[in-house]
Amino acid sequence: MPTKFIPDLNWSDVTPKAVFLNRRQLIAGAAALSVAGPAAAQLDYVKSDYSTDEEPNDLSDIRGYNNFYEFGTGKEEPSVNAQKLTVDPWSVKIDGMVDKPGDYDLADILSGVTLEERIYRLRCVEAWSMVVPWIGFPLADLLDRIGVQSSAKYVAFETLVRPEEMIGQRYPVLDWPYREGLRLDEAMHTLTILATGLYGEEMPKQNGAPIRLVVPWKYGFKSIKSIVRISLTDQMPETTWNMQNPREYGFYSNVNPNVDHPRWSQASERRIGGGLFGGRQDTLMFNGYEEHVAGLYAGQDLTKDY
Amino acid sequence: MTLVDRINQAARRLPAWPIYIGGVLLPVWLFWQAASGALGVDPIKALEDRLGLWGLKLIVAGLCVTPLRRFARVNLIKYRRSIGLLAFLYIVLHFLTWLLLDLGLRWEQALGDIIKRPFITVGMVGLLAMIPLALTSNDRAIRWLGSARWQKLQKLAYLVALSGGVHFLWLVKAWPLEPFLYLGAILGLLAVRVIPKRSRLAA
Ligand code: HEM
Repeated sequence: MPTKFIPDLNWSDVTPKAVFLNRRQLIAGAAALSVAGPAAAQLDYVKSDYSTDEEPNDLSDIRGYNNFYEFGTGKEEPSVNAQKLTVDPWSVKIDGMVDKPGDYDLADILSGVTLEERIYRLRCVEAWSMVVPWIGFPLADLLDRIGVQSSAKYVAFETLVRPEEMIGQRYPVLDWPYREGLRLDEAMHTLTILATGLYGEEMPKQNGAPIRLVVPWKYGFKSIKSIVRISLTDQMPETTWNMQNPREYGFYSNVNPNVDHPRWSQASERRIGGGLFGGRQDTLMFNGYEEHVAGLYAGQDLTKDY
Repeated sequence: MTLVDRINQAARRLPAWPIYIGGVLLPVWLFWQAASGALGVDPIKALEDRLGLWGLKLIVAGLCVTPLRRFARVNLIKYRRSIGLLAFLYIVLHFLTWLLLDLGLRWEQALGDIIKRPFITVGMVGLLAMIPLALTSNDRAIRWLGSARWQKLQKLAYLVALSGGVHFLWLVKAWPLEPFLYLGAILGLLAVRVIPKRSRLAA
């Protein structure tokens, strides 16, 4: 059970600032700070038993190394290009098979929500990984409030399309909007969260501000960023990378060291932050969340439902 | 004096050895940057990518030499060997970065990748095709093979370039522009080689 208590510690007590403002960032100094923009607002949150006790990556790693093609295909591009994005006001359309469809302001979505810190492993399909201290709340909380109708079987998500501010969208690198989806039981799982921050602060824009999905047992691209639409449906939704290349990216895309991607072996991964001689570590089934989520796929052949 | 004359004159005067020195310093510099954090938070990938890209650039540069002489009368033949050998050096280092630093000598995974991942297989074809070229890039080997046979062997460079260009296009996700530009340049540089020589047409 996640413990629900409001610690009177703030985020900087959890990880001393000196640890994550590491040497690299101090050297990058003013440049890094000006890229990050003004200091983000601090969030109130509780800790969670679902957090890993692995050491989180430096904030500079998490903010500086992103796959967010809406802001460019290079890993360092989003940290620069995303700063133009307007995240306030922000509303999310919730529609489909729900009791209370509508356009919800972000403040409505967050009102009455207890934010939790969930320190999760993040495994990219490109065979690198990080540990990220997300701040968020279970997607199930929101879906329960909206009322999911019994006919619904899947949840579909969409990212904002705003080429004026999202320069990567000026090119058909992917079929915009970015789309993702989960089966309803995956979406309702306690590990599945909507995150609005990390390291105790509001979500950096390059990490999917102001609200994004985090599904820690799936490859990173399933955890869609800057969400503007959540639809409940009875059809398996189209998802961006699956549309791009169905043979390489399945709908499920669970982290699975035994099912290789045609381009990358998934048996091992490079932990970001390990430096030039950090080497690799073995990738864990369901990214180490097997005991929590294996039951969702009982009876499914995961080499077919990849 | 035209620009072409001036380039040719300069080329007659400037030796090739500074290219070797600069060319060897580049990977040393890249490695130092990667080790010190100057290449970002994923230095292994950054080093791997930069070495691969420099290798490909030199391969393309090497392919330019003959058409430049034929169509623009710019003669840079004397630098071609250094360009080719440095390209070989970068691709060997690219491969070693992958094997030692990226895969950390996980042999089983390395072999699996070479066999199963088409982009790696194609890269490997490129690397292997460079070996005979590198081994015969000295005057003794040319004498031993005879000029005609050596010339024939040089055609392997086309295979190297095609492999490199396809490898790059195959490894990217989505559709960025850069790999298309490289492959386009390579195909263009190979295509101009089949334009028949005018002397033969006249004959
Ligand atoms: C003619 C030979 C080769 C050329 C010209 C070449 C060139 C390149 C280029 C241009 C890149 C992309 C750089 C970037 O994204 O900026 C690359 C990436 C890469 N190459 Fe090669 N390469 C060659 C051979 C090889 C070989 C033999 C291997 C391994 C057996 C290899 C493994 C890789 C890997 C693992 C990547 C990174 C893939 C990724 O982004 O995940 N390459 N190479």
